[in-house]
Amino acid sequence: MQSLNPSVNDFVIRFANVNGTGSASANKMFATSIFKMGIPVTAKNIFPSNIQGLPTWYEVRINDKGYLGRRDGLDIMVCLNPQSIKRDVEAVRPGGYFLYDSTKYLVKEFIREDVHYLGIPMTEICNTSFEDPRYRQLLKNMVYVGALSALLDIEHQVLKDIIHSEFKNKEKLIAPNEQALQMGIDYARKHFDCPLDIRVERRNLNGDSIVMDGNTACALGAIYAGATVAAWYPITPSTSVVSSFEKYANKLRVDKENGLKNFAVVQAEDELSAVGIAIGANWNGARGFTATSGPGLSLMNEFLGLAYFAEIPVVLVDVQRGGPSTGMPTRTQQSDLMMAAYASHGDTKHVLLFPSNPKECFEHTAYAFDLAERLQTPVIVMTDLDLGMNEHLSPPLKWDDKRKYDRGKVLNAEQLEKIEKWGRYLDIDGDGVPYRTLPGTHPIKGAYFTRGSSHDEFARYTEDSHTYVHIMDRLLLKWNTAKKLVYAPQIYNQPSQSSIGILFFGTTTYAALEAIDLLNEEGIKLDALRITAFPFQDSIEKFIQEHKTVFIIEQNRDAQMKKILSNELEIDKRKLISILNYDGTPITANFIHQSISRITTQSLTLQQ
Amino acid sequence: MSYIKPKFHHPELPVNRLGFTKKEYEGVISTLCSGCGHDSISAAIVQACFEMNIQPHQVAKLSGIGCSSKTPAYFLNNSHGFNSVHGRMPSVATGAVLANRDLMYLGISGDGDSASIGIGQFVHSIRRNLNMTYIVMNNGCYGLTKGQDSATADVGSVSKSGNANQYTAIDLAGLALELGATFVARSFSGDKAQLIPLIKAGMSHHGFALIDVVSPCVTFNNNTGSTKSYDYVREHMEAVDTFDYVPYEKEITIEYKDGEALEVEMHDGSKVYLSKLAKDWDPFNRFSALNKLNESRAGGEILTGLIYIDEQSKDFHEMIHTVEKPLNQLTEQELCPGNEVLQRINDSFR
Ligand SMILES: Cc1ncc(C[n+]2csc(CCOP(=O)(O)OP(=O)(O)O)c2C)c(N)n1
Ligand code: SF4
Repeated sequence: MQSLNPSVNDFVIRFANVNGTGSASANKMFATSIFKMGIPVTAKNIFPSNIQGLPTWYEVRINDKGYLGRRDGLDIMVCLNPQSIKRDVEAVRPGGYFLYDSTKYLVKEFIREDVHYLGIPMTEICNTSFEDPRYRQLLKNMVYVGALSALLDIEHQVLKDIIHSEFKNKEKLIAPNEQALQMGIDYARKHFDCPLDIRVERRNLNGDSIVMDGNTACALGAIYAGATVAAWYPITPSTSVVSSFEKYANKLRVDKENGLKNFAVVQAEDELSAVGIAIGANWNGARGFTATSGPGLSLMNEFLGLAYFAEIPVVLVDVQRGGPSTGMPTRTQQSDLMMAAYASHGDTKHVLLFPSNPKECFEHTAYAFDLAERLQTPVIVMTDLDLGMNEHLSPPLKWDDKRKYDRGKVLNAEQLEKIEKWGRYLDIDGDGVPYRTLPGTHPIKGAYFTRGSSHDEFARYTEDSHTYVHIMDRLLLKWNTAKKLVYAPQIYNQPSQSSIGILFFGTTTYAALEAIDLLNEEGIKLDALRITAFPFQDSIEKFIQEHKTVFIIEQNRDAQMKKILSNELEIDKRKLISILNYDGTPITANFIHQSISRITTQSLTLQQ
Repeated sequence: MSYIKPKFHHPELPVNRLGFTKKEYEGVISTLCSGCGHDSISAAIVQACFEMNIQPHQVAKLSGIGCSSKTPAYFLNNSHGFNSVHGRMPSVATGAVLANRDLMYLGISGDGDSASIGIGQFVHSIRRNLNMTYIVMNNGCYGLTKGQDSATADVGSVSKSGNANQYTAIDLAGLALELGATFVARSFSGDKAQLIPLIKAGMSHHGFALIDVVSPCVTFNNNTGSTKSYDYVREHMEAVDTFDYVPYEKEITIEYKDGEALEVEMHDGSKVYLSKLAKDWDPFNRFSALNKLNESRAGGEILTGLIYIDEQSKDFHEMIHTVEKPLNQLTEQELCPGNEVLQRINDSFR
């Protein structure tokens, strides 16, 4: 039989489980052990929109070079779900391994000539060793982790340490877990040649990196930015943004003496209310935010228009999932771009930030509060399910203790005292951003009536055409100011080495960077730019103008980023070639590599 | 267009304890139809705030969309106002109340705003017992969009178009009682003597105070056959109590004959003396209040007065244990855990 190329620290392994059988923590333990051995690793949950019983997968990629996007080609399949065996067997690449519970015989139709089968009678092992039916079920997961540790050469002590810290508060679970782990190890050693030709080896490549999911990082960003009001309505995949916010706030922001909290979390009755609460809090000078996903963002449209036009800061975290409508709630996409950029009726545009790893989730969310207050407008942090709910290797989070919150142009009583005639929407500084006042500041100065209806510079209702146009144009001026304040795009390979460019943003970054290297090996060189914010800084326009062809990688059907770029910039949109993946799974490096390779070779052939 | 009123005041206008005349509690000139009930309610708010010696800038006034929701421009010029989106004032108010617990919050809504598009937010703000006074200017129709029936229009009530309404009315006071509101009152825009003390009591109440005020729309719903017209309401009003409101600062001089008066002490120490018109009226009993409300409804009467009050009410901030200091006044030092803590958090992810 064909064998895989022997490989150290470079393979993909996938676990097929049944939702609700407690496999998640065993799988995570497996990934963590690799991380703790100093080897770059990434893990992705592929789970159904259902609570119990359906198939769920957990895919781990191990790669010394630090390529941590998804890669096609599965080296090892660990199959614990009888329902999905057929497709699980088919997914393994020729020469790969299929590890399964051999308590029952494997039906003939599932036997492939070109795959190595590693049968371990996990159910039988657990049934003979444990009395408690729950243990029997749960510890099966530890048996395969043990077997894998022998097969792949994972250090035993690392796994033992993880078990000890995992069950710190449930001491009596330590011994049975260790026992199950050992039974897996023993069985594998006795029946197979350990280790396999694919295995791991200790490295020191992870430095001070952390492994965190993006939602937790966004939540910490909000905590550090001093958000005091979090209002939300549950929706996958953004729910854990606010639940983590609450968890950390309860740890870090409660007065130890009297138990009082310097934050408020409101589970609203719907998304309209969630964003309304966040807007009300910001109007009244507190930092309020909400987190949501596509359907919720749809509902928030009217309020976003109000916040834009009445110039009220507010921060949103949009963790995108598969659309349209309820779409694929547990799958990933980047398909809320158009709606987020132009949310609400009338002429509106909103500031968007595109983090691409947990460290950036933290920074972008924290900065979103400064930006929103500085600009007095909504700011939306655009992440997606892949970034939000999966664990990513990331540089550690950092906070500069000297950092002061930028509360923007808010006038206090003394400042108001000195001002002869204050107008809420007067552009004093020429940057399009007016000065605001908060309720209760001054007995006779600074009060005004906030409204989403057309108003003049003194916040008085008017339908006068000139006044309306003047205000709308000032909002554009403010948009220009926003352009200077948002993150600059990240440009790779300077000075330019090619006439072909590639653009990407958010979670397509991992796969795009790997694809660039793969293409480079083939002699196709690309200049790369990562978009980190909307409005687009001038360097993006320049980059596109300077290249003959620019590929743009997106995870949606309609090339939404390309449309926004074409809409906003002076560029020849025929230059932009879309590489689109919208099947709900994270885009892979191979997909980008092959798509670009095909197109460039074709056009070279045509040119000859 | 709104106008700015002249600044001139007559030197002999009466002043309140803060040295303010009533002018200091007014807003810009109303653009509503003359005779609109909503204007009378605005006037009652002005009078109540003047008499209560409220610092206008310590009040935040919030509203949704509708003729009624425009009225915050017509009172308390020195208060910040927020005319939000249709039916969503309660959420904006929730955020505002959370941000600064030290201000007084006055929410103004219409029956279209609160009983139709915004009924979800209305209901949930009651559940949260926000510390605010929520006035519904209830005309049984949509004023701003020219007279369509609203969800509070009574069955059989005839609109200007001549059609009788087919659908059951939503009784906002009844709904609020059912939901556990801690202060429920109803009044009539044309009855200042009752409305002004009710507004004062609502503003002193610690928690959510609903005041449902029947407020005829002279343009679209003041015709014969309408159950929200001036004439109909005057003929069918049944007050459960009349009362006097006494701010805590003043010496209490009101006297009632024994057995007739009922004293309600508010959270801030002010007092409300109820003299009961309805026999056995007990404003502390949610069930009897609900019964009475239903009975009078069945009999075609409009029950008004302080229908229910819970003096022990715990507001939203107390329920969720927020700090005493307003959240919008907390500084970096109080809010940001600092880099050292962040490094420990990093460690937990390694
Ligand atoms: C989302 C939305 N839908 C519809 C409207 C149109 N609209 C404006 S006011 C109003 C009804 C107002 O009725 P009510 O709240 O009873 O106030 P009134 O004008 O009677 O005081 C409607 C439907 C709107 N502004 N927004
Ligand atoms: S239309 Fe009706 S509710 Fe609106 S201002 Fe006129 S009278 Fe008042």
